[in-house]
Amino acid sequence: MQQSLRLAVDIGGTFTDTVLIEDADRIVASTKTLTTHQNPADGAIEGVRRALSASDRGLGEVTGFIHGTTLATNALIEKRGARVVTVTTEGFRDILEIGYERRYSQYDINLRKADLLVGRDRSLTIRERMSADGQVLIPLDEGAIPDLVAQIDAAGAEAIAICLLHSYANPLHEQRLREAIASARPGLSISISSEVSPEAREFDRLCTTLANAYIQPLMARYLSAFEARFAVEGLACPILMMTAGGGMTTVRTAAAFPIRLVESGPAGGAILAARIASECGLENVLSFDMGGTTAKLCLIDGGSPQTSRAFEIARAARFIKGSGMPVRIPVIEMIEIGAGGGSIAAIDRLGRLTVGPQSAGSEPGPVAFGRGGTQPTVSDADIVLGYIRPETFAEGQFTIDPAPAAATLAETLGERLSTGAPGAADGVSRIVDENMASAARMHAVESGKDLGARTMIAFGGNGPLHACRVARAAGISRILIPANPGVGSAVGFLFAPVSYEIVRSRYSLLETLDLGGINALLSGMVAEATGVVRQGAPAADTAVGRTAFMRYHGQGHEIEIPLPDRDLQPDDIGPLTTAFETAYSRQFSRPVPGMSIEILNWSVRVATRAEAPAASSAEPPESTLAPDSKRTIICDLSGKPRDAAFVPRENLAPGSRITGPALIAEPQTTTFVGADFTARVDARGNLVLTRDRIGG
Amino acid sequence: MSDLSPARLQVMWNRLLAVVEEQGQTLIRAAFSPIVRECGDISAGIFDIQGRMLAQAVTGTPGHINTMAEAVKTLRERFPVRNMAPGDIYLTNDPWLASGHLNDFLLMMPAFKDGRVVGFTSCTSHLVDLGGLGMGPEGSDIYDEGLLIPPCKLVERGEVNALLLDIVKANSREPIANEGDIYALIACCESGAARLVTMMEDFGLDDLNDLADHIIDTSRRGTLAAIAEVPEGVYRNVLTVDGYENELDLHATLTVTKDRLHLDFSGTSGCSKKGINVPLNYATAYSVFAMRCIIGPDIPNNAGSLEPFEVTGPAGCILNAQRPAPVAMRHTLGQMTPDLVLGCLSQALPDRVPAEGASCMYDLPMRHTPEAVHNGGRRFAVELVHNGGTGARPMADGLSATAYPSGVFGSQVEMTEAVAPVTIWRRELLPDSGGAGRFRGGLGQRIEITSAVGEPFLVFLSVERLRNAAKGRAGGLCGAPGRIRVTGRDADIAGKCELRVEPGERLIFDTPGGGGFGDPGGRDPAALAQDVACGLISDHAAAALYGAKA
Repeated sequence: MQQSLRLAVDIGGTFTDTVLIEDADRIVASTKTLTTHQNPADGAIEGVRRALSASDRGLGEVTGFIHGTTLATNALIEKRGARVVTVTTEGFRDILEIGYERRYSQYDINLRKADLLVGRDRSLTIRERMSADGQVLIPLDEGAIPDLVAQIDAAGAEAIAICLLHSYANPLHEQRLREAIASARPGLSISISSEVSPEAREFDRLCTTLANAYIQPLMARYLSAFEARFAVEGLACPILMMTAGGGMTTVRTAAAFPIRLVESGPAGGAILAARIASECGLENVLSFDMGGTTAKLCLIDGGSPQTSRAFEIARAARFIKGSGMPVRIPVIEMIEIGAGGGSIAAIDRLGRLTVGPQSAGSEPGPVAFGRGGTQPTVSDADIVLGYIRPETFAEGQFTIDPAPAAATLAETLGERLSTGAPGAADGVSRIVDENMASAARMHAVESGKDLGARTMIAFGGNGPLHACRVARAAGISRILIPANPGVGSAVGFLFAPVSYEIVRSRYSLLETLDLGGINALLSGMVAEATGVVRQGAPAADTAVGRTAFMRYHGQGHEIEIPLPDRDLQPDDIGPLTTAFETAYSRQFSRPVPGMSIEILNWSVRVATRAEAPAASSAEPPESTLAPDSKRTIICDLSGKPRDAAFVPRENLAPGSRITGPALIAEPQTTTFVGADFTARVDARGNLVLTRDRIGG
Repeated sequence: MSDLSPARLQVMWNRLLAVVEEQGQTLIRAAFSPIVRECGDISAGIFDIQGRMLAQAVTGTPGHINTMAEAVKTLRERFPVRNMAPGDIYLTNDPWLASGHLNDFLLMMPAFKDGRVVGFTSCTSHLVDLGGLGMGPEGSDIYDEGLLIPPCKLVERGEVNALLLDIVKANSREPIANEGDIYALIACCESGAARLVTMMEDFGLDDLNDLADHIIDTSRRGTLAAIAEVPEGVYRNVLTVDGYENELDLHATLTVTKDRLHLDFSGTSGCSKKGINVPLNYATAYSVFAMRCIIGPDIPNNAGSLEPFEVTGPAGCILNAQRPAPVAMRHTLGQMTPDLVLGCLSQALPDRVPAEGASCMYDLPMRHTPEAVHNGGRRFAVELVHNGGTGARPMADGLSATAYPSGVFGSQVEMTEAVAPVTIWRRELLPDSGGAGRFRGGLGQRIEITSAVGEPFLVFLSVERLRNAAKGRAGGLCGAPGRIRVTGRDADIAGKCELRVEPGERLIFDTPGGGGFGDPGGRDPAALAQDVACGLISDHAAAALYGAKA
């Protein structure tokens, strides 16, 4: 590769992370600056300047710029989007309110449903109707459009979401309606469901379309301002945006479909973990990203993060599945648990110790931070256990005081549990680690995968600190902590391909597949996705992945079956049936012969080809490190005080070996090596932790 | 010896709860029955050596609460532990032992550690078809309803009883799906037992005794504390329901003492000739669910939290149907028992109990006519599930078109039309169907369906509240009753029947609205204005029921 110099900017809720990378993977600078909420570009400029000046480079020399932001996510959470009006088929005004007719919590008599952003007074309808196979049953009522526009005006609409029944099968009416409204009201932002999310299930498609419409004006303004700002600063290359699917896309595509930007930050972390998995030849990985308020987990197999076609936003009850608004776009599949350093510990009505999902966040924060926090948190427990050291914490930006943390733990929890501060802290740690491990196990079960044989790749501010304890509870015995674990997401951006994925519904039985129709559908999708990718990578070599989501007739669980990258032929049906049955047996131990196989959704993903990571170099010779310093901690196994080695990570070299318990400190986090683990530094500088003894 | 500090016991309890949830997920993923997939109509539980339930998965329908706990006790008594071997699994679908109708299969497996039984795992799932007349209320006795399998050994030392499996398949219209579901149940038991033993190894436990005592004692203590908040007394309620051949009265007497809730159904009407009768285990499940929604809803289901609730009823009343009564559609009335029970509890706790709701789900199995098989018409079978409104809460409106007490998912129109030759022309909330009140009942919905291919189709109805609307509380008014019509026909359609819809006819069904809570005159004027602006309440109703000035 010719001298490339690329920048990644990840704007998060608290910090903006900037990473500068030379050639394929040489990190030359990384910075953390405070996010400037008023105008996020200010913080980004500041971070970029710092990174460039630290390495003595100029913005004009930068050949690639990748940006990810939580702005889209935050606009949805904080309800700062546009005033949206929805238009649905006559007779179906209440798709939003009716939803799946379901309560997300079985015993909660008083539950409130998610706020779906558009009330019934802004839910309009138009006479028209398509059938499931895309035939026109009732033509679009053109005569009613002027009246519809008058209702749109009356509702004060800033953006329109159009979602007509079966538009994924035939988008004609949606396109015509958009044209008519746009010519009557040229300034309005209009999102149509057949473009935003062409999948069957009217509730999900409408939610996705209206979420897109809700943030579209805001994101379009933001992106054009951001682009202009960096152009003025001297950036000469195009800006690419990170998406939730783990790929990059152009600013233009991002501005049209900003819903694809939601949750792109965590996706960067999963991309990083996947990259490391490939470098180290790890087939099955669990990535573990634990921060201040949540932990995120992702299963990575064969170097690819698990993907999904749906997730939820704006949950009425945080972390409860089904309490939010479904969004159907291609995403990296992650579970988020309400467990972070700020998670609050309490005793419930039954006298049970609970941790999270309530969080003290960074304000007021843990008791030990002395910023007004009064409830004991996971970080307070880690401080009392001796795993977080006041002397090295956060590069000395914070002073932390263990005494009030210990007092609070003893008073609020210890008295009820008949134990002191160390016992309470040990309990808090065990509960929160068990919660995370259980969530990981459940996620693996839901995905038909096994957890025990995986390597955990841990990062985020608290990931390296809790990795051993979570791994132990999850039955995992190998952990890898990469370099720069604190800015993992931004580093991950730099390994993402330019890509675009489209999922479209067409119901078929495999045995009676309409080959001509499906081939036309798939080639249309390939052309559309390739067009989008070409905008961001005009000359790059691309790969096309075609997939069918198959299931047995009557079953709910779909399995992704890859299709050849060409037109399907009649004699493909046999091998596809076998492929499905093999994949099914792998997950459910046996196939079900004689049952028909059906397909509802088809996907096409076009992506630039990733450069294969350099082959792993030979393992360095081991040298057991005699730690020069010790700290007293509460042992994570026995719960009793004992000595642990204390080493700055910068003192370690490839081959260094340390037996747990040990603390390996670096500027943004600390790795805690459990009492039954041994740490070793590999040739690439990763810390590899292995659970090699029972007890300790 | 393991460290059994409170925090460590808590960690183990959490792990046990996670194990049952994982067990439940395993089952849902592999299931073939749509009701399982869409509604999570399954259960999974872990039991100690004495057969005391320690943890149960929180799944989509409350019909398995207690039923599973009781079934495991029965199986354990029937089959001595000393005769059990690793890899054995026991089975029954007896409605009076398992879960109220033949479609629910219950399995139980002993978990072995170091050669000894340390506990049991159990699971239940709804199978698609067990022969007989099929899912519907038309059976005259249990023998009409299909194949009953008494308690028996399904798997012996890991070897599945092939004859038994053949019998189940030979007696079903869906043999392949049934076989798949039975294997899913077996996998669920096996993975549950394996995970239980792994957990015991992880925590260094040789038996579950101390953990079981901790879980049960803690849960019982919490439940008793919640019961102590309920004023002692005797509370009575009567709920009139549509029934099949005639209306029925369901009677309940709830006796609250300081450490017990005893519910009795004395006075309740006798059984129907058709399959809407309810075995007591199933009536108990829904009744206890309703009480637990109000009393200690945050305490997990186990032997300790369930023990203080007792339900009885005279043998032969429709909520304690005896063999050989037909029971296939036991959920139609089973889902009405929460309103019956909440009517008692609201007298004790007027500020905590919602008004009556639509309650019974509008579950509409539809299929091709018999002649379609001969004349080349399209064959199909699809089950639509839709709901009415829930009752208004003491501090909030009811939820429109939302399932309660069941946890079913409503069908999506596009999915229904993709798999079945029907067109749904309308699915919209029904204005004014929510009972008026300071807090308004949830609205019902109107759904209109025709054939998409110009052929007749059949609908199998077993729904409630066409004649007896959901009542309001504390001055709130009734919700609208449900209604089923076919265009061009003079008379409305009955709630329980087999209906044939001809080409060109349109089936219109309105699901019921929930009752209101509190005097409608007390409704917040802004909330009322919003309802009128949104078209949920008509101008007329706003003036007539809420006293709004035009």
